[in-house]
Amino acid sequence: MNYPIIVDVTLREGIADPEGATIERALPALGFNGISHVRAGKSFRMNIDAEDESSALAIAAALAQRLLSNPVIENATARSAAKG
Amino acid sequence: MTRIGVVVFPGSNCEYDALGAVSALGAEAEFVWHSATHLDGFDGVILPGGFAHGDYLRPGALARFSPVMEAVAEFARAGGAVLGICNGFQVLTEAGLLPGALQKNRGLTFLCQPTTLTVESTASVLTRDAFRGQELVIPINHFSGSYTCDDETWASLVAHDQIVLRYKENPNGSRDDIAGVSNVEGNVVGLMPHPERAMSTLLGSADGRVLLESFVGAPVGAR
Repeated sequence: MNYPIIVDVTLREGIADPEGATIERALPALGFNGISHVRAGKSFRMNIDAEDESSALAIAAALAQRLLSNPVIENATARSAAKG
Repeated sequence: MTRIGVVVFPGSNCEYDALGAVSALGAEAEFVWHSATHLDGFDGVILPGGFAHGDYLRPGALARFSPVMEAVAEFARAGGAVLGICNGFQVLTEAGLLPGALQKNRGLTFLCQPTTLTVESTASVLTRDAFRGQELVIPINHFSGSYTCDDETWASLVAHDQIVLRYKENPNGSRDDIAGVSNVEGNVVGLMPHPERAMSTLLGSADGRVLLESFVGAPVGAR
């Protein structure tokens, strides 16, 4: 089977996020108030051939650890992208 | 004569500067394409600046999987002198050959300017001919040069004298003003500033010479 998977990569807690900080500073000028703790990240969508969804998620997690994220500064999580 | 290999990735753009600089110091230097699988016969290896593999995903993230990086890791393990400049530093951290990571600059600004550095350790192949406290004017040219690491890694860097160079005035938000670090053994060094662009007073500064002279003179198995 073929499973649609999304991997989210975000900076680890405590790692400075200049992109998120810049976005947050711009918000009040656009009329968005009361928004804090903005963190920027990346999202990767892919289809994975696997026996079942949990195997597909395990493959995605391994890929995220090895390539998609730098574990020194980032966390990665894999989730299903199936609508449901 | 010292033989230096300058690794060229698709997207490297400082390889000629690096080759020219070490050649001017008397080394015999040649390019090594990123698909090479061995580094036999070299006394030192330089990973130059640029945008290896377009810096896609993260700077250095794809370059670390180039075939030559296994050879670089093997060369480093054997005690060979390895130097990563700018993008080369990013590649070495992604490959796990140096601790920490390089993050986007504070303020999201691309920085291209001279910086004053302080030599913090002379126990590396890049600084053995310099002296502790020596100030060097060397340019930086980067967007992702903010050195980042966790508290444990930082404490280990301090304990093992691995902080090689610091910025006198922090330009990019680097932790503890760090501009360059080495591995524990001192034979693998990475720095964001470009010593190969500080080779002549006519062009602004010759302060890069002492660093590259150290590197070119560094024998295999230094320290």
